[in-house]
Amino acid sequence: MFEAVNLQLAAGQLLQIGGKNGAGKSSLLRILAGLARPDEGAVLWQHQPIDDSDFPQNLCFIGHLSGVQPQLTALEHLEFWQAAFGLQPADGYRVLATLGLAGLEDIPCQLLSAGQQRRVSLARLWLTQRLLWILDEPFTALDQSAIVLLQQKFTEHLSRGGAIILTTHQPLTQHFPEAQLLELAYRW
Amino acid sequence: MVMFKAAFVREWRLLARQKADWLNPLMFFLIVLTLFPLGIGAKPNLLAEIAPGIIWIAALLSVLLGAERLFKDDFRQGVLEQLVAADEPMLFYVLAKIISSWCSTALPLLLISPLIALLLGLDATAWLAVLLTLLLGTPLLNLLAALGAALTLSADKGGILLALLILPLYIPLLIFASAAVDNASLGLDYSGQLAVLSAMLCLALALVPLAVLKALKLNVG
Repeated sequence: MFEAVNLQLAAGQLLQIGGKNGAGKSSLLRILAGLARPDEGAVLWQHQPIDDSDFPQNLCFIGHLSGVQPQLTALEHLEFWQAAFGLQPADGYRVLATLGLAGLEDIPCQLLSAGQQRRVSLARLWLTQRLLWILDEPFTALDQSAIVLLQQKFTEHLSRGGAIILTTHQPLTQHFPEAQLLELAYRW
Repeated sequence: MVMFKAAFVREWRLLARQKADWLNPLMFFLIVLTLFPLGIGAKPNLLAEIAPGIIWIAALLSVLLGAERLFKDDFRQGVLEQLVAADEPMLFYVLAKIISSWCSTALPLLLISPLIALLLGLDATAWLAVLLTLLLGTPLLNLLAALGAALTLSADKGGILLALLILPLYIPLLIFASAAVDNASLGLDYSGQLAVLSAMLCLALALVPLAVLKALKLNVG
């Protein structure tokens, strides 16, 4: 599916994967996240194949499926992920308020708009201590203010020595030092 | 353990909000059992004779009815994908799912079993045997149903496939459970059958959650 993909990501770096629809962005992300196996080649984490390293414990993956259960409220959703990630229970209300969801904490997510559901899904980024974020189209359905907010969060994460891999069709509005761009071409 | 509690609480919240998920199988069970006396007519002896088989077939069909939903939503919404990618302790998630599915689909069957006994003209000894076999057998039903649900997760119309896959595995359970109730209604000892049921349950408890885990990972990958 892919040909001559070679990339390296250091701490503090952001990698943006671009390309037309069907170019294989999401498939590449799934391989990088360890959800799919490459036919050839390898994915390394700190010079170790990802299967033999502590890679999964350092990974926060949010795919194009939001992971938000429509019947649960935003707060219940966060509660589950906090416990699942083994984090100290942070103040869910505060995180949701940061994301502009104040007052919507306890209504089922199915009643929220697509953009608000996306915000609930991305709220995990405010709770996780994990180093590598792999995000598939994180800006989908978000409004301008949320996109700015998310990019500020990216900057904060990168400055703490984290790394981010993301796919997006929108150009990033904020400047990230040492950002890399990988453009996938669609070929028959 | 944290994961177990979180997944368990989450599952109960979902069950509380999607009552159809556990009420429908229960209604199905009751309706099937009501149809038999109506269909067979006023033959109480015949009814009591075939009652063990009827109860068990209705029970395993109703568990099967509730099985498909078990992992489907989490798969569709991407929850499973995120759990697998982050290498969360998924075994606890699987256990929480199976235990809450037993509580929601099988426990109500145990609770209404006295009513069923009355409906089918079973006496107290036979009812006790029905209760005991259901107690030992339904967890096994739920375990195997969870395995089927996990295996058919990414199949589009998984429901029929699930039934075809899992129903044959229920045969030994059906044989021993109805034999136990038969013996009980004849006043014979049925501890042997109960012991076989317990052994099957122990084996499934040890192996099935691991198999479910593997199947989930295969489907996500």
